[in-house]
Amino acid sequence: MLKLNLREISQSDELLAPGHSLCPGCVESVAVRQILNVAGPNTVVVSATGCLSVSTSPYPMTAWRTPWIHSLFANAGATVSGIEAAYRSLVKKGVMADDTPTNFIVFAGDGGTYDIGFQSLSGALERGHRFLYVCLNNEAYMNTGIQRSSATLPGTWTTTSPFSETVAGKTQARKDMTSIVADHGIPYAAQASPHLWKDLMRKVEKALNSGGPSFINVLAACPRGWRTEPEIGIRLGKVAVDTCVWPIYEVIEGRWILNAKPREKKPITEWFELQGRFSHLMRPGREEEVATIQEQIDLLWDSLRTRCESSKGLEKVTA
Amino acid sequence: MKPISSDLVLENQGGAESMKIDSRSLSGGFAVAEAMRQTNPDVVACYPITPSTIVVEKFSELVANGEVDTEFVAVESEHSALSACLAATAAGVRSQTVSSSQGLAFMWEVLYAVSGLRLPVVLHCANRALSAPINIHGDHSDTMGARDSGWIQLYAENPQEAYDNALVAVRIAEHPDVLLPVLGSQDGYTVTHSVERVDVLPDEEAKKFVGKYIPEFSLLDTQNPVTFGPLISPEHAFELKLQGIEAMRNAEAIIEKVGEEFTSLTGRSLDPVELYRMEDSELAMVVIGSVAGAARVAVDRLRSDGIKAGLVKIRAYRPFPSLRICEVLAGRKGVAVLDRALSPGAPYSPLYGDICSALYSHGVILPLASFVYGIGGRDTYPAQIVDAFHRLEHESKLGTPIPQTSYLGIT
Repeated sequence: MLKLNLREISQSDELLAPGHSLCPGCVESVAVRQILNVAGPNTVVVSATGCLSVSTSPYPMTAWRTPWIHSLFANAGATVSGIEAAYRSLVKKGVMADDTPTNFIVFAGDGGTYDIGFQSLSGALERGHRFLYVCLNNEAYMNTGIQRSSATLPGTWTTTSPFSETVAGKTQARKDMTSIVADHGIPYAAQASPHLWKDLMRKVEKALNSGGPSFINVLAACPRGWRTEPEIGIRLGKVAVDTCVWPIYEVIEGRWILNAKPREKKPITEWFELQGRFSHLMRPGREEEVATIQEQIDLLWDSLRTRCESSKGLEKVTA
Repeated sequence: MKPISSDLVLENQGGAESMKIDSRSLSGGFAVAEAMRQTNPDVVACYPITPSTIVVEKFSELVANGEVDTEFVAVESEHSALSACLAATAAGVRSQTVSSSQGLAFMWEVLYAVSGLRLPVVLHCANRALSAPINIHGDHSDTMGARDSGWIQLYAENPQEAYDNALVAVRIAEHPDVLLPVLGSQDGYTVTHSVERVDVLPDEEAKKFVGKYIPEFSLLDTQNPVTFGPLISPEHAFELKLQGIEAMRNAEAIIEKVGEEFTSLTGRSLDPVELYRMEDSELAMVVIGSVAGAARVAVDRLRSDGIKAGLVKIRAYRPFPSLRICEVLAGRKGVAVLDRALSPGAPYSPLYGDICSALYSHGVILPLASFVYGIGGRDTYPAQIVDAFHRLEHESKLGTPIPQTSYLGIT
């Protein structure tokens, strides 16, 4: 098991160099650095087009101290599949040794994962390639200027789901991507947040050791898109967990395990009141909409807990 | 045709030793699969699409039987197929894919990514019409639509050429002065599904010919990390894209050089521009692909009628052999160009457009007629091509360029 010593971690070499142009307060690089710290330098990174890729690779400079490839937006799953297949072919031929297997990690946003990248990801999962796919989830297409994605919560303002007298932000439900991915039957899938860094880093270790496809959906605050103060990115993770907007769990070989429970479940308004993208919902007259969203969150939270409870039964059966 | 036994031994025209020739009956599709078997690429990622499916299926059999060492990735779409190949080649190994029509079209953005990243991927295409309406039969709309994508384009007339092109493609793509992906095409059904005699190299010779892929950079070299696919600004982009133009220019000489090496091995010529009865021809026709067969029959008929007809077949379409075309066509009384693709709204179809620009920019002005044939898989007969020559003969008497396009075999 990985020893997570904060002092050691803080003094270790960074595989993502500073000096990139991600926004102040963007949590994506925090997540990436935690993840790469676990993975180490024997890692190949794939990025789908997004804030991370464009901010870290302004020709002629790069922030990546690992081999890194970005090609297109929709194909991160296929890209990592090609690299992993190349690796397997070289191992088969005896050109590369497999004793310390190279890690293959994808970083993609919710756009490149839930929507345009969905097919490619699903195919890679189904074929069983060995890789860790990390979705850096800021709940909208941020790189192109804050447009709604299927990861966007109902009621959220984005430029393509604005609010008006008649419509209060996005109308459609949020896709439960982690569940969809887990139901591909892969060895490891999880939801995480960088504010729970030990949990995230342990998840990375488990994922990389799973021997097959693995997935971690990481909530990453976006001050610009969420209309929040840059300093509160990490705190927002805690509020997301406390309000059950972003449950922290993992699915290991089909067993659902809850990793964090709020000491006291907070109302969704505590999530909304910190973010300008929900400010319209906090105005008088929007109580019904808020109540509907609260209901949806509660339903998902209950169904997740039920799924985790019934998984406990599974554990007993297989033991 | 009398079957040829595989014991036949022929003198190699260019070489000193005689080499045992292995003659097989192969369809164009299986001929490409055979070349792929001998190349033994490290990674093949493909998605089936008619009529290139036979190549994919044959190759899958080879994988299952252990006749190749290839990691076969049964991707879930063509966009993913080419993306996986792009990544595999960036990871330092040889990768190939197979597609047609909608599949190629679905790869459109990936084509530009592969050439932009200077990755020597090889794509075998069975030319098929692009939807809509949906049509499984052959024409050149798919690959002509990709002519600006920065890929080298080779076209095969028959299964033999399909096999030959598939092997030389690897050497051309990987040459350090080129480093561009290669798209090798053959007419869907007409060539892919027609069985002809194909002389196949012995496995050892083919293996020696394609050699090993030695990439300069690899994603798998974690000791020397590289960044592939950065974001570029207007400050740098123009010059970078011009490197692709330079690489294409270099490719012309490399295509000839690799072709010559192949000729000395097999005795078969792989001229980027192949001539038939052009020495004293007055009326010339330029074609790409399998229609060359019917065109040669037409040329022979015209010759026996006393008309000095000749044929120019373009095997390597990108890079476009402008100088050679000007050399070969200058001084003719009239030239007809046969296109198998439409370019709605453009002055002319693709091949005609390229020939016209090449000639004009070198000061070669002559009667040049555009003929479009075989759209959507319609067959084209020697009699129609003879007709086209007659029309050319008539119109070129004016000595001026010929503005209108004619369509062969339409009702």
